[in-house]
Amino acid sequence: MTDQAWIEATLTSSRPQAVAALLRYFRNLDDAEEAYQESCLRALRNWTAKGPPRDPVAWLIMVGRNATLDQKRKTQRLVAMPDETQVSDLEDVETPMVERLDDSQYRDDVLRLLFVCCHPDLPATQQIPLALRIVSGLSVKQIARAFLVGEAAMEQRITRAKAKVAEAGVPFETPGPVERSERLAVVMQMIYLVFNEGYSAGPKDDARADLAEEAVRLGRLLLRMFQAEPEAMGLLALMLLQHARQPARFDANGDAVLMEDQDRTLWRPKLIQEGLALIDKAMRHQRTGVYRVQAAIAALHARAQRFAETDWSGIDALYATLERMQPSPVVTLNRAVAVSKTKGPQAALDMIEPLAERLASYFHYHGAKGGLLLMLDRKREARECFDRAIALANTAAEAAHIRMHLDRLIAESEKSARA
Amino acid sequence: MGRPRLMRDAPMMYAVLCYNNEEMVCGWTKEQDDAVMAQLSHVHDKWEKAGKLKPSIRLLPTSAATTLHKQKDMIFDGPYAETKEALLGFYIIDVAGLEEGLDFARELAVANPGGAYELRPIQLYLPGAPIDGAYATTREYAGDKAAAK
Repeated sequence: MTDQAWIEATLTSSRPQAVAALLRYFRNLDDAEEAYQESCLRALRNWTAKGPPRDPVAWLIMVGRNATLDQKRKTQRLVAMPDETQVSDLEDVETPMVERLDDSQYRDDVLRLLFVCCHPDLPATQQIPLALRIVSGLSVKQIARAFLVGEAAMEQRITRAKAKVAEAGVPFETPGPVERSERLAVVMQMIYLVFNEGYSAGPKDDARADLAEEAVRLGRLLLRMFQAEPEAMGLLALMLLQHARQPARFDANGDAVLMEDQDRTLWRPKLIQEGLALIDKAMRHQRTGVYRVQAAIAALHARAQRFAETDWSGIDALYATLERMQPSPVVTLNRAVAVSKTKGPQAALDMIEPLAERLASYFHYHGAKGGLLLMLDRKREARECFDRAIALANTAAEAAHIRMHLDRLIAESEKSARA
Repeated sequence: MGRPRLMRDAPMMYAVLCYNNEEMVCGWTKEQDDAVMAQLSHVHDKWEKAGKLKPSIRLLPTSAATTLHKQKDMIFDGPYAETKEALLGFYIIDVAGLEEGLDFARELAVANPGGAYELRPIQLYLPGAPIDGAYATTREYAGDKAAAK
């Protein structure tokens, strides 16, 4: 790795902690961001010439804070602070700083930074871009591309979100245990939303697909801060196990490949290993949570070398747990897929038919129902379901996948017509 | 001025422990990670061909670690974070899961109380060149000469 690449990687990985600490000093997102940008500029000059500091995060925080204070003092015609070329060499300045910024401090700083991006007044369409801009440090251009909107529109969206956060006020007191776990829940939900934005991207939509990587990074950050939080383990495990399948999810034509047809040798083993290790750890904890259960489901898929080896009764049981924790027709629908493997398509169909009304406009409902009807050889009804699914498809990949079923049905009916 | 001959002829096995900024390494993209591993593999290949690189391991991040504190007989999520104790050795085990790994650690703890065992999953295992058996086994080390024969 070249020095330049090392510096860039360090700046990227230091960003959340540094911006989070600067937010605590300045109590204002704009000041924190500007201070961090200033410290990055100085780092690029300084580290190239003098080598990296012992603790890059502490360096960035201190230099960013001093530069901004200096700037503020200048505008107030007060005495300037020494510049970073002097400060950075002073071990005795850096050391107490590092000690003050121990893990628990960073922990609440980073949680606060993530939490302000999830302000309840902000719709998800603003939360996610705000978090990507502030925490991950993606450029407005990158974010705009991921959300398929113009740069100016995205800039405006982020500015509006920031204004709302400033208006609401950033919560600066150290959170109590209850508040901390509430914040964690909100933050985890936001991270998983970011992940799903990336996961649902089509095969050629790299800008959006990168959001999955970004979410994994945020999940790691959160777990590093909250090492004993089982849901943080579950969330990261879930994302890693799902993300591991990415290279197998689309074929050369860019069409979606069903999990049962995926080439499992393309799944990324490193991510699976880490995901499995984390879920193993998370499952030791007595309480359970929605991310852990979903990660356990993903783990059962990941453990199967071939689709035929999938532990469907285990998956069925886990979905039953999830249904109790978080009742939702979508969860029941997923459970039905497992049930179709253990108890047959009729049992699964009986399970999902009561959901018809609530899932009337849900693409996957009609796709899954069509699939079950097809297994029961009720072709005409299956075709109706697939037609409805195509009309509801959100992405080209989804439509293409259903189209494949339809084409097969049409081909079969033509064949039987000829016969 | 060369080194004394005695020193040069004393073969020794070393564990080379790798440290780096975890946040940065975990933040690498797959391409960056692959590039670093490819560069490392040139060094690995060279030393393995010379028979000098023995089994090598890349560990999963510390967030995947679980620690058994022996005196407290308690299990904590995360790596062993105390700074008073030093790393004195490690085992490699192949078990059904974390629980079995912890069973092993608990048994060790009975045999040798004090300190801690951190269980960190292995991400990558490179077998390297075979170990020639010149090193004393634990039983020989304990003076069990009969068993060694």
